[in-house]
Amino acid sequence: MRIALLADIHANLEALDACLAHAAAQGAGRLVFLGDLVGYGANPVEVTARVRELAAGGAIVLRGNHDEAALTGPHNFSKLAAAAIRWTSTQLTPDARDFLAGLPISHEEEDRLYVHSEGSDPERWIYVTDATAARVSLEATEARLTFCGHTHSPALFGLTATEKLVAHRPAPDLMLPLLQPRRWLAVMGAVGQPRDGNPAACYGLLDTGASECAWMRVPYDIATAAQKIRAAGLPEFLAERLFTGT
Amino acid sequence: MNAPVLIAGFTLGPVVHRGGMAVLREVTHPDHPGPLLMKMPKLAEGEDPAAIVSFEMEQMILPRLTGPHVPKCYGTGHEPTPWIVMERIGGGSLLPMLKRLPRGADEVAALAAATADALDGLHRQGVVHLDVKPSNILRRGTEDGPMVLVDFGLSRAAMLPDLMEEEFRLPYGTAPYMAPEQIMGIRGDPASDLFALGVLMYFFVTGRRPFGDPQRMAELKERIWSDPVPPRALAPECPPWLQEVILRCLEPAPERRPASAAQLAFDLRNPEAVALGPRAEKLRRDPWSKRIQRRFHPDFQPQLRRKAAALPQRDAPIVAVALDLDDMSKEMSAALLDMVARLLAIRPNARVACLNVLRTNLLRPDNTLDREGRNKHVQRLLELRHWSAPLALPEYRLTHHVLEAVSAGGAILEYASQNRVDHLILGAKAGGITQRVLGSIPAEVARDAPCSVTIVRVREF
Repeated sequence: MRIALLADIHANLEALDACLAHAAAQGAGRLVFLGDLVGYGANPVEVTARVRELAAGGAIVLRGNHDEAALTGPHNFSKLAAAAIRWTSTQLTPDARDFLAGLPISHEEEDRLYVHSEGSDPERWIYVTDATAARVSLEATEARLTFCGHTHSPALFGLTATEKLVAHRPAPDLMLPLLQPRRWLAVMGAVGQPRDGNPAACYGLLDTGASECAWMRVPYDIATAAQKIRAAGLPEFLAERLFTGT
Repeated sequence: MNAPVLIAGFTLGPVVHRGGMAVLREVTHPDHPGPLLMKMPKLAEGEDPAAIVSFEMEQMILPRLTGPHVPKCYGTGHEPTPWIVMERIGGGSLLPMLKRLPRGADEVAALAAATADALDGLHRQGVVHLDVKPSNILRRGTEDGPMVLVDFGLSRAAMLPDLMEEEFRLPYGTAPYMAPEQIMGIRGDPASDLFALGVLMYFFVTGRRPFGDPQRMAELKERIWSDPVPPRALAPECPPWLQEVILRCLEPAPERRPASAAQLAFDLRNPEAVALGPRAEKLRRDPWSKRIQRRFHPDFQPQLRRKAAALPQRDAPIVAVALDLDDMSKEMSAALLDMVARLLAIRPNARVACLNVLRTNLLRPDNTLDREGRNKHVQRLLELRHWSAPLALPEYRLTHHVLEAVSAGGAILEYASQNRVDHLILGAKAGGITQRVLGSIPAEVARDAPCSVTIVRVREF
């Protein structure tokens, strides 16, 4: 089975729609949303509604730190993120709030763990940006495969047969082996606000039969997403960064 | 009689080889007729635990490789023990040849050219082998069959996680063949494979390994500053051009070696086009003072910088430009030159082969024309050189070839395929009666070429 893994949509409806269409064309039979549906972008209500619909159809949806902050207020947020989350908070409908409030922090199925930040202490929202953090997460859980988001930068970490931890930066659109019986932690890039220098939306495509995963890159209508951010009166940089993927 | 043992549908046969790190068995499968091998790592107590890491690296790389220069992979798995099933290559490895060294220059050049083809096939897929040696080079089928590289346990694939990266009890590799940068733990430079092939050529031509078979790190590192005895000092019949090629491969700094495996193969197949430098004439090692300088003086030490991992040598293409010297306007000549110059501007390591086809008439061989024909050949070489002079390329990046053939298109196509040309450039033909009757050469070449083709046309109005 092919599973689409969508992290960090951040209220970017254009990017979400482009990725969903792309994943459908790739034969993804299951959707997993790895948290941060809202924050930064201009369509928190529309994105939440879309994902809620998909959840009703069986998609797995997890909570991210921005989803939490939209309900409880920003803690340890940058100025930009805090400004955006306060605006988001004023936009959310009661339905959207209910939906976000009910999201679980992680989900396990078969040999896979899905979580927004990482596996060792998901609610501390630790970023997996290096091998040390990846090792902490891998050693804290039993799952063979961990899929997370949160950093907005694609990365793959693996534990070798001699317990060494290797780090790899996945190239776009290329199926990589998550070799059995080794353990892997895959950090998906962001659907709605990529920060790895590539402005194309990023989502993960997992083939469970072959145990392979690809970081797909999808072009989307950045101009419209950015124009909406400006129209909403959100900080200009949140619009600008979409064009450069930074 | 015991029931046959099956793994994932493969029936296990006898063990055919026990290597240092793995065992090979014959296997059969009802869906795959060909002779097959199953490779399994040695997992016993006391074996190097890195052997399994290396085996898993091969499990990731081999299924992703294609082409005639690698064994086809039929599956991998990890139950009940890790395994890979691959095609069994018929022709055997180069290892038995070590019993009858030295070998003649022509034989070594042909062997090395075929091996460089295989390396080119691998490097184009973003993989550096990193353990090129006679036992890992097999002949597919008969004597003229392509070379096949086996054992990717130490290889580095640019697109895949490098499981061996963190195995610090480096260096992993085979001591006599290992490139200096590999000794320093740099994995992923395609030039490392060219160094190993240089060692192999040296060994086959002279019967001696250029750097011996060192076992300790300090001895291994000697090749970084200590140059080998020139091959011609040991094997006087080794031609200067082959020594030039071998010593170029053995340069300690990777960027001083041939720019790609395809360019090395090109040199090995076109001896007359090899630019002979001081390396070709050398009959002794560098003086003691120079070696000491390279060893201790920071300004003279070869630079072994860490490059971005395993970049395929895409920036070093072979560009061939075909010139119709009999019928080429000034404008066309300038336009072709401009096109080549533009390609060189974006591909700084490209090399250029200038071609002209001298038509021969097989139906009416005429011995009296022999002398004139030979003069024609020389004259055309001069014209090619005259045309290419404005490119101002160093000799080793620019070659000139007059091909004698009945069909110009066929000769250009054959040249492109034999020399692994990446890009062909030709001038368009003005439409004329012959073209309408015979079809145009550029069209034929564009249709059948094994590479990209650019047709240059002069805009008239």
